[in-house]
Amino acid sequence: MSRYLRPLIVPAGAIALSLVVGAIVIWLTSPLVTRGGFDLMLPFTTYWALIRGSLLSVNALVDTAVQAAPLILVGLAVGLPFKAGLFNIGGQGQLLAGAVTAAAVGAMMSNSDPLVAVPAVLLVGMLAGALYGFLPGFLKAYTGAHEVVTTIMLNYVGIQIVAWAITGPLRDPASSFARSGDVGNAALPALFNAGGGHEAHLGILLPVVAVPLLWWLLYRSTIGFEIRTVGANPDAARYAGMKPRRLVIFAMTLAGALAGLAGSVQIAGEIHYMTAAYSTNIGFAAITVALLGRAHPIGILFAGLLLGGMQAGARLMQVEAGVPLQMVDLLQGVILFFLTAELIVRYVFRVRAQTGGLVEEVQTVTRTYGGQTTAP
Amino acid sequence: MEFLYDIPLLGLVIQLAVYLVDVFTTNGTIILALAAPIALGALCGVMNERSGVVNIGIEGMMLASAFAGWFAASIVGQAMAGAPGLAFNATPAILVGVAVAVLTGMIVSAIHAWLSISVRADQIISGTIINIVALGVTSYLNLLLTPLSPPTGGKFSPFIPPDWLVDIPLVGWLFKMFFQQGPITMSVILIVVILQVLLLRSRWGLRTRAVGEHPKAAETVGIDVIRMRYQNVILGGIFAGLAGAWFTLDYGNSFQTGMTNGKGFIALAALIFGRWHPLGAFGAALLFAAAGSMGTAIRTTPPTGQLGQLLTSIPEQVFAALPYVVTIIVLAGVVGRSTPPAADGQPYQREATT
Repeated sequence: MSRYLRPLIVPAGAIALSLVVGAIVIWLTSPLVTRGGFDLMLPFTTYWALIRGSLLSVNALVDTAVQAAPLILVGLAVGLPFKAGLFNIGGQGQLLAGAVTAAAVGAMMSNSDPLVAVPAVLLVGMLAGALYGFLPGFLKAYTGAHEVVTTIMLNYVGIQIVAWAITGPLRDPASSFARSGDVGNAALPALFNAGGGHEAHLGILLPVVAVPLLWWLLYRSTIGFEIRTVGANPDAARYAGMKPRRLVIFAMTLAGALAGLAGSVQIAGEIHYMTAAYSTNIGFAAITVALLGRAHPIGILFAGLLLGGMQAGARLMQVEAGVPLQMVDLLQGVILFFLTAELIVRYVFRVRAQTGGLVEEVQTVTRTYGGQTTAP
Repeated sequence: MEFLYDIPLLGLVIQLAVYLVDVFTTNGTIILALAAPIALGALCGVMNERSGVVNIGIEGMMLASAFAGWFAASIVGQAMAGAPGLAFNATPAILVGVAVAVLTGMIVSAIHAWLSISVRADQIISGTIINIVALGVTSYLNLLLTPLSPPTGGKFSPFIPPDWLVDIPLVGWLFKMFFQQGPITMSVILIVVILQVLLLRSRWGLRTRAVGEHPKAAETVGIDVIRMRYQNVILGGIFAGLAGAWFTLDYGNSFQTGMTNGKGFIALAALIFGRWHPLGAFGAALLFAAAGSMGTAIRTTPPTGQLGQLLTSIPEQVFAALPYVVTIIVLAGVVGRSTPPAADGQPYQREATT
């Protein structure tokens, strides 16, 4: 087997096994869906609708691209810190920080020239996200506060910031409920309109730029080499004269910028305004994306497309098969389970153990959770 | 008292103190009730992390238990309609519900234990899986069940302390706070005290702490690290299960999608803020619940004068964000550092015997 195909066995096996588990769950709950007896065909109709809704029409492909774009960006925001030995659970909060800032600036610039407004909205979202990623990075580097806990806490602080901003300073006085003003001219222009609300906006191009850039950064630049060294062995990195503190802060800040950018894309590209209860599960789905893609930018691209496709197809699945949208979230969680419990996949598909396991650098992440370690 | 409020600055502080005491004494019952699931979740965390297993899946464990308990109570309630309730209105349906919730907490914990201890997977990913799958499964099933509108299996009624006890001046509110509660909330205090004593004073506690701080040394003196971790993680599931039961069988009587709404993460915050001690975690849970009540009280019954203006100018979201912010602060060591058990998060591998 070629060296390019080998690493794909476990992810592909995990996806296959999760589809089997999903089919069993659908079959077991089929009496609730069809209000009849157990329906052995229901899993097949469900998956067929999922495939048609994500792949088999122009509309479906547009939806998949639109759903995948933010997943890939936030997936990179989780994957890059993995390479530095950091676990960024804060993609959600960084995305919210970017989204709320983009909503604020977008509403302010709704009458400006789109050539100015669109880049401005994307940029401020990135900056806000970067700041929100810098914070846990700085705390980790200089106080040793573990980034897993600080980013989880910041996710919830983010929800409160959004609720405060939208019900307070950003509230659109013309609206009867709490929402920010429309972004108007700051909305991302459509690249292609398939009609019926299936519109591919500029945001789908951002992963196309971000993925190669990140690949170059990680595997062809000096700073990328240093990031990977810190992730693999912080002591060796320090001994070689690298500055782990700066690298930790850099990785988290860049991750925050990517997630913040995804937040701007959601606001300026998708909904064009923000409500106080704005919520999404992109930040958590991105963890699955990053791990499924083995924290490699190219892997994250494909994992993001896969999960984006599942999100896109979920609507047709709900309409045609009557299976609730949440089936997709369930499948994502089960994929993550099989990726983690790799030994099940290896047993079922008779694959020998590979060196490194899930994501090599992840191994160092949880091990630094305890009190033994100090600041890097 | 009122004349004191006119002293510049100091008057404000005095008025604030009086107001805080007033809010706490009048809302004591609800504060303790809302602190219960946070404290129970944190106790689940204590059991896990003190033996060296990180648990960020408390949220998912609570959610799964809340659903399973509610669903079981609903089914049994339909089968045994009209069964008489015991103390606290404990019908067979509710009791079965609590049992199923606790069992669910233990089963989910067993999965976490298997992934963390035997598979030696990343424990944070294991917790993330539990959160994602629990939310996915419960919302999926809840959406399918909603059109059938399953009847509620009922809920515990709070104990009503006699009037003469509540009316005792100065301390009467304390009796109301601790006794006008459902059984799950009431049991929390007992569990906290017992666990605190066991953890710090018993043979089991010493062994648990040894396994969490230095597993290799523990193994050397003959403690079975793997077994100890399994046992503690699964027992910790009981508390997550009780916390889940609190949502659907004690505080409320129905299930809503995603109803734990971050309480599991506040529990994680309470665990860290309470420095991995049962009593500390309980205190933190009370503090966080009180902060929430404070936010509400300022909207509904604001204090008079300058203080009122000052407090109402604080957005209520500040109070909701408080638990998370103080957790970051203590973790960063700005005000009194909070350090996890040394071996927290490190899988243990027994050395091969040749």
